[in-house]
Amino acid sequence: MHIMEGYLPIEWCVLWAVLSAPCVIYGLWRMKQMIQQDRRVLPLMAVCGAFVFVLSALKIPSVTTGSCSHPTGTGLSASFFGPWVTAVLGTIVLLFQAILLAHGGLTTLGANVFSMAIVGPFVAWLVFVALRRYAHAGLGLSVFVTAAVANLVTYTVTSLQLALAFPADGSILTAFIAFATIFAVTQIPLAIIEGIICGLVAKYIVRVKPDILKKLDIIEDAEIEKIQGEAA
Amino acid sequence: MNRATMEIILGLAVIVIFVIGTLFLIPSGGEGEEGWGGADGGAADLIDSTGYEPWFNPIWEPPSGEIESLFFCVQTAIGAIIVGYFFGYWRGAKGRKDE
Repeated sequence: MHIMEGYLPIEWCVLWAVLSAPCVIYGLWRMKQMIQQDRRVLPLMAVCGAFVFVLSALKIPSVTTGSCSHPTGTGLSASFFGPWVTAVLGTIVLLFQAILLAHGGLTTLGANVFSMAIVGPFVAWLVFVALRRYAHAGLGLSVFVTAAVANLVTYTVTSLQLALAFPADGSILTAFIAFATIFAVTQIPLAIIEGIICGLVAKYIVRVKPDILKKLDIIEDAEIEKIQGEAA
Repeated sequence: MNRATMEIILGLAVIVIFVIGTLFLIPSGGEGEEGWGGADGGAADLIDSTGYEPWFNPIWEPPSGEIESLFFCVQTAIGAIIVGYFFGYWRGAKGRKDE
């Protein structure tokens, strides 16, 4: 999903940066507030951030296009902390990759943050809330779907951003289909892989450290007992 | 074997089969060295084909593929250390409580 350095006309760079900056700043404020309220969330936040680090470094070959791409890893954090904190965590990773790996770039940072750290996690978080609150789906399943959605939406947004900047023969739709074929289609199997990993990790966290999740209103006692019972 | 262990083994098996099966059964999207290229680069190629010239170059690029993989490993290592540290810590703390 990285739009490479210089590959976005300057007016689009500015637009995406202007849209992203307030979200990240609000995310920082939210993060600070959450930590001040209860310092016990800090380790879980670190683990979620670390997950973005690990998963977004893994280039995985994809069945659908014969090329490689990487998961985003933002689903876990979006499930537990919501989209704003995730915006901060995602931005840290994108900065690391832009500066040290020439993956993505500083001029395109705003656009990449917007897709991977903001819209992807935001839509995914809505899905998570809907699954938990209205469909009463189990935690593992909910995180699985959430992570897959975060991944797919991120790549769809990237395709849209590129299509808006580079319409093919004047048609944004044609360009969108072309970019989505490169990005979003490649992503489908990876979204499933990412979902599996995040779902399993979420259940593992419930087994070893359920109190933080309970504090965050992610899970209640009955389900904690059920998930812990599976390990007995 | 309890259900938790089974879920983890099954999940890992699906991932391994996906990745290995993909590499062996699916024809690569490119030829030789180009095969299994990154999707990011694919999008850049598509943009290049419209005649667009990037207006800004990365301030620093890893001088070789080896250095690039070094930084990717560093990225993964940072993440993995943090995840492993807390998973171990939580598990140990829980074990003490259960005793």
